[in-house]
This record gives sequence, structure tokens and C-alpha cells, in this order.
Amino acid sequence: MSGLIERRPAVAALLRDRGDLLLVTGLGSTTYDAFAAGDDDRNFYLWGAMGAATMTGLGIALAQPDRPVMVLTGDGELLMGLGSLATIAQHAPPNLSIVVLDNEQYSETGQQTSATGSGTDLVAVAAGCGITDTRLITREDEVPALRDAIHTLAATTLAVIKISNTPQPRAIPIRDGVMLKNRFRHALFGVGA
Amino acid sequence: MSETDQQIHRWQHDILSAFTDAGIGHVSYVPDGGHKGLIQLCERTNGIGTTALTSEEEGIPLSAGLWLGGVKSALLMQSSGVGNCINMLSMAESCRFPLVVLITMRGEWGEFVPWQIPMGSRVAPVLGIMAVDTYRCESAEDVAPTVRAALDHAYFSDRSVAVILAQRLIGAKNWGTR
Repeated sequence: MSGLIERRPAVAALLRDRGDLLLVTGLGSTTYDAFAAGDDDRNFYLWGAMGAATMTGLGIALAQPDRPVMVLTGDGELLMGLGSLATIAQHAPPNLSIVVLDNEQYSETGQQTSATGSGTDLVAVAAGCGITDTRLITREDEVPALRDAIHTLAATTLAVIKISNTPQPRAIPIRDGVMLKNRFRHALFGVGA
Repeated sequence: MSETDQQIHRWQHDILSAFTDAGIGHVSYVPDGGHKGLIQLCERTNGIGTTALTSEEEGIPLSAGLWLGGVKSALLMQSSGVGNCINMLSMAESCRFPLVVLITMRGEWGEFVPWQIPMGSRVAPVLGIMAVDTYRCESAEDVAPTVRAALDHAYFSDRSVAVILAQRLIGAKNWGTR
């Protein structure tokens, strides 16, 4: 099943008026989507370490409890680190939101069907791990409310957005990990950090 | 000192002191009997948050995220967990994140469970090929200076550092078989 939501406009809507928002993206398409919406020193793009996005977001959220932290990742990337949802529920930082762009396939490697395409329900998995605010988004007009929820810091949120699998033009940000780390920390703490 | 404190090794108190002196604000772990006392100490220390991980590999991006947000941390695991971390270590190397891992050894000294030996005997080579600088403690007196050096090495020089706590130091797990 493919939903009708297009990924790039949805990501742009989520990042609108981002304020203090700190962003982590999973490797592959979600990194390109975030960059296409506009580069920012407070975007930490993963280019590898598949399965690391949610735990990176947890670390930032615990360290910066007054800022909204958003993890933007895909179904395949989250599936590789599913245990992290149980770990995150231990702390349930109210400033952490995980947004999963779910096209039920591995787009980067040749459109192979992922587990969500054969029945795995990531919203139910997250709820079962103890994350209390879980959402399934199947209509584009539901996206602005999610953007607002991310900024209210009310509860750890996991939202699955069912997206179309329309191919997107590549949009390729910085790949140098040291630069990505340093620019993020400089944006928070100044160049001496 | 309470009865519980007396069951915690002196060298575990030394590790906690090294953590607090270095400004460690978070400790994550997959539990191991060899780390039990240190985990108890960290859990009751104000200013140190703790996280129980479902798998050791989660500790590497957690440490990275904490550092992006300005918090120093340390990761505790048993030797068997090192193999779970291999690809995640690419994140620490690529971004030159500081990373401190304390590893309690199994499979090297009077081991009862043969299944511990394959990973236990390859901890140091695996860490080496993944560019983790590795220190080893064989005795209680080694622990304080080694952990302090590891914390400095990681946080002054942006390196991944492991401290291996030898099974001889911890004591082989007692299975009550003799």
C-alpha cells in the first residue's frame, strides 16, 4: 500500500518556522529530504550507521531538554534499530519527536519491500514499547498539526507518515562527519566549543 | 558505609570518582555482573543520568547525541557486547566523536561458559581494527589512573577509547560447581 502524501512537501511543512528545533536524519532519503527543505547548521545528517538516528536524537533530547528535537527517518532505518524505542520509552523525553517516512520499501537500494510492507505496524510497535503519543498520518492536511505538536514539548511522539514512493531528485548535503558535528555544536555553544 | 557499599569494589568507587571529576553527565549500559556495583553507584549519583540499553550498539549514537547536546558520557558493557557495536563505531570514527567504553571481560580467565570465549578472545583485535584506542586493567590499582587517562584521551583528543577490565580483576563468575 502506498499513501498519497509526497515526502518533500511534508518535510518542508514539518520544518516550517523551526525556531530552536534540532534535527537528526537517518541515512538515505530522509537526509536528502531535509537538505532539500533548506540546510541548517542544526541539521545532523547521518550518512551511515544505519539504525542510529533515534538514539542520536535521544542523546540530544536528554542533553537539551528545553529544545524540540526531531528525528526524521525512514521505515528501513528505524527497523534496524527497533529496540531503541524501548530504550527511549525509559526516559520519554517530552521534547523528542520521531517522524518516520514510511513508503514500505528500501528506496535507496532498489525498492525492495520492507517489513512495513508486509504487515509490521510501527505505530503499534512504538505504543507497545511504551511511547504514549503515537500517530498514523495518511493525509497531507494532518502534517501541520504534527509540526505544532513537535514544538509543544508535551510528550515523546512517534508519527508514521505514509508516503508515496515517487522518486525524488537527489539533494546531497555535506558528508564530512567532523564538519557536521562541529557546525552543530558551534550553532549551540559558539565556535569555542 | 552501608552494607551495599561494602559489596562494591574499591575500584568501582574509583571509576565513579573519575567520572564525576571529568564531568560525566550520563552513563549507559547493558548490564553485566562485573559492572553491577558501578551501575548502582551511578544510579544514585546526582548529576549522572543512566540508560539501560537493549543492545550495546545503541550506546554509540546515544553518546554521540549527548555530546552534540553538550553532555559527556560513558558506556558500560560486557565483552560479548563489543561485537554488537562494530558498524556503529563507524559513526564515532567518521565524526571523531569522543567515546568512552568500559568493558568487563568474560571468556579469558577461568571461564565456565565456553560460548563466552569466541567473542571474549577477540575483543582487543576487534576494537583495534575499528580504530578504538584500548587500555587494559589487570589489577585494582590500575583502574583509577587508566579510567582517568581514558576520559582525558577521549574528551581532549576526540577519540574512541575502551578500557578493558580483565576477568582476573573482576573475578570469574561463580557457578557453584565446586
